[in-house]
Amino acid sequence: MIPWDNEVSLQLTILMPLIATLAIRLATNIPNIRESITLVTSICLVVIIINLFHNYTKEVNVEVIWLEIMPGLTMSFSIEPLGLLFVLMASFLWLITNVYTIGYMRKSQEQHQTRFYQYFALTMACVMGIAFADNLFTLYIFYELLTLSTYPLVAHAGDDNAKSNARTYLSILLFTSIMFFLFAIIGTWLVSGSLYFTPGGLFHQTLSPSASVKPIISILLLFFIFGIGKAAIFPFHRWLPAAMIAPTPVSALLHAVAVVKGGVFTILKVCIYIFGTESINNLPATQALLYLAGVSVFFASLIAMYQDNLKKRLAYSTISQLGYITIGALLANSSSIIGAVMHMVIHAFGKITLFFCAGAILIMTKKTLISEMRGIGRQMPITMAAFFIASLSIIGLPPTAGIWSKWFLLHGTIQAEQWLLMGILSISSLMNVFYLLPISISAFYSQSHHNHINSTSLEAPLPVLIAICICASACVILFLFPQPLYLLASAIISTTS
Amino acid sequence: MSSQLPILQVIIPLISAPLCLIISRPKLVWLFTLIASTISFIISIILIHQVMQSGTIIYSLGDWEAPIGIEYRIDYLNAYLLLIVTGISSIILLSAHTSITAELSHNKYVLFYVLFLLCLSGMLGIIATGDAFNVFVFLEIASLSSYSLIALGKDRRALTAALRYLLVGTLGATFILIGIGLMYMMTGTLNMHDLSERLPNLSESRTLIIAFSFFTVGVCLKLALFPLHWWLPNAYAYAPSVVSAFLAATATKVAIYILLRFIFTVFGIEFSFSILPLQKILLALGLVGILTASTIAIYQNNVKQLFAYSSISQIAYIILALGMNNSTGLVAALLHLFNHALMKGALFLALSAVMYRVGSTQLTDFSGLGKSMPWTMAAIVIGGLSLIGIPLTVGFISKWYMLIASLENNLWPVTVLILLGSILTGIYVWRIVETAYFTTNKTGLNHIKEAPFSLLLPTWLLILANLYFGINPRFTITITKLTAQSLGAMP
Repeated sequence: MIPWDNEVSLQLTILMPLIATLAIRLATNIPNIRESITLVTSICLVVIIINLFHNYTKEVNVEVIWLEIMPGLTMSFSIEPLGLLFVLMASFLWLITNVYTIGYMRKSQEQHQTRFYQYFALTMACVMGIAFADNLFTLYIFYELLTLSTYPLVAHAGDDNAKSNARTYLSILLFTSIMFFLFAIIGTWLVSGSLYFTPGGLFHQTLSPSASVKPIISILLLFFIFGIGKAAIFPFHRWLPAAMIAPTPVSALLHAVAVVKGGVFTILKVCIYIFGTESINNLPATQALLYLAGVSVFFASLIAMYQDNLKKRLAYSTISQLGYITIGALLANSSSIIGAVMHMVIHAFGKITLFFCAGAILIMTKKTLISEMRGIGRQMPITMAAFFIASLSIIGLPPTAGIWSKWFLLHGTIQAEQWLLMGILSISSLMNVFYLLPISISAFYSQSHHNHINSTSLEAPLPVLIAICICASACVILFLFPQPLYLLASAIISTTS
Repeated sequence: MSSQLPILQVIIPLISAPLCLIISRPKLVWLFTLIASTISFIISIILIHQVMQSGTIIYSLGDWEAPIGIEYRIDYLNAYLLLIVTGISSIILLSAHTSITAELSHNKYVLFYVLFLLCLSGMLGIIATGDAFNVFVFLEIASLSSYSLIALGKDRRALTAALRYLLVGTLGATFILIGIGLMYMMTGTLNMHDLSERLPNLSESRTLIIAFSFFTVGVCLKLALFPLHWWLPNAYAYAPSVVSAFLAATATKVAIYILLRFIFTVFGIEFSFSILPLQKILLALGLVGILTASTIAIYQNNVKQLFAYSSISQIAYIILALGMNNSTGLVAALLHLFNHALMKGALFLALSAVMYRVGSTQLTDFSGLGKSMPWTMAAIVIGGLSLIGIPLTVGFISKWYMLIASLENNLWPVTVLILLGSILTGIYVWRIVETAYFTTNKTGLNHIKEAPFSLLLPTWLLILANLYFGINPRFTITITKLTAQSLGAMP
């Protein structure tokens, strides 16, 4: 399909968004060209990544080394199923978000649009780097770059409120990544002598003969989980609600998909390829961290119920759902890993739809509070129908894909005999029902406070609607055809054992 | 000819200084100074090459053999430091002409170059010489010229800053002299090599401990180790920008060189670290210095002052790395000498560009500069990232070695505090970035243009060096490891 080999494709996935960043800069003030560049880049990216996916086999090792800073400390990339799945999801959703953004930004007449598109492309380059990183060092570089390049997007509005929120965002993410993540990386380097992602884990040999290093490795795990602040585990979750100050496309792609999923992706990578599923279960810290993630799941859901601001509620919901994935990664049995990986993708589709809808409501009616949205379904039927479908997927009800991932996650907790966690996950899902479904139901069935508002259609511009519909239908399609997703997810398990 | 290089290195700037007065046309003087500094730079490259090829170079001044005459000894440590100082001074001089036309009055141009060259030759002399008293003489040459350089600043506060520096500097020099005097009294020699052979026999002597203490405190005053730092912020803030860049990048490094030379070569590791509790002192002062100075930096409203405090904290990093007392720590300290020179050189040069266009370095005047001076601000951002220690910059390399060194010693609380220091650095760097990029200019200074090429070129040379040596640190790591080995720190 593509005339060059996989190594080139791999590098192109990182370089193309970078080049787009520069090209967009050159096309300042020419909106049509600027947006065409974004669209064309994202289409090419999807094509290249699908091609990579087709060519991927376990036998052929695709590896690219960019730099060797010190012996053993390289900036290098390789392809493995988890990363592949992550970029498939991220690049596809970037394309959809671009369609949405063009409609959204033009309708809401935002300032500094060039800067916006530029940094949007830059964040995607970082996401690609995270996904294909061959070792912790490379991953760390792109992880930090992602934080930095997202800052201008969060501070986009430029007023004091936006800036102070963006500061919260930046300070929490940088603090955790420098204090804990970097520390854990250096610790890993000293304990195991390597930073490469290895099937079966790095600590496998160190851990099995003697238990004396167990406390140290436990501390490392603790530091990894805290250090990967993008996964928004309690108590380092506050940046995510703060980031909701950004324009909706940013909240949608970055704070439901790219950034937060980059976080849980990193946690999955660390659990599977640095610690190894076997070692994780032998560590004393795992149990404590599992409960911490459980706390995160439960309380985030609880807080979400009391949020009246729609984006804030969705943000807390995201924190809670990220906790599911972390739990899956830490349980580290085959079902829980498959469940976590599938939830990473399926939640992305559901949550991005919800954010798209929130954005559509915002630009058409200027409403941000849920209490103001009664009866809005009559003006925006398509939007609210999509909202309903996506809500079902987040809750985990058929006929949407959410049921599959939650099924595997619950199965994982049973397999590990973690009854308390099973309870927490079930209760949290029940709470999802309470805080998501009423929004769309009251949008259709209850009367607006302002009866004089007639039911003329207020549907968002076409690009916005198209994006919403594609994502909502993806939730259903993934319910009907989850096999490719399941196969890729189980390929991760088979590479580790 | 090539055997005379060690002395030529020092003599060329020294002789060039009075020649500047004869030339007296500012632009020509500038070119002349630049050439003199560049020749020194080339010599230092040849020297380091020679040292790597054939080991330590010993040169007797005027062919008088060591005990009677003065001996110059170039080993890895000297050669490495010579390279840093001459390299940085040559790059900084590229910008000097443009920068001082904006900041000095017309009649002081030539004086500036004379002082600059004197200061340079003083520093090079300190590094090259193998004679303890000679160190003091060159230290005075360098110090006196740097007091005057600072006093050239347009702001009247430069005078008080220079006076304060003069008082502290003189105090430090006196302490150093007392230390050297005591050593001479006990051993009857001033030659460092002879000292290093005779001092170990006296390690029980109380006089030696007093000599060591006087000497160390004197040097620490010079290198602005917290809490002996208070002369530095104002001196850097009110000096002409080129001078701040030059002193920030080199002067403290030279002081650290003296410390290294005496701790490791003259007194010996045995005495410094085993008999005296130097390790604990250095660790404690380093940690307190890093955290306090970084915290103070966060609250500064003048960016020059902010970076001055940042320099104090970065010096404390070097001291901390020394205090680890293992070979990785020494490598980290040596790496950070070089890397910090690159960072601070670049940052202060970028500030000189801001000074040139805006006329002030108050933080509030930075608002909107991200748009009007994109290249300058990009340089500050990259320099700042390097200061924090983000990967792919030189800052990361030295931080990496420091962290490894602390963990090798099982000093994990130190590791945590080093990381905390990075975060504090992140905060003060971010204040600048946020003001420059995300605050719109309210004062209507929209006519500000990008800095002239002559200022951008040296700034970006140093910034590119920051990136190059961060991506490919093979040269610096090799040379620092060899240096550490030659200092005998390899276990």
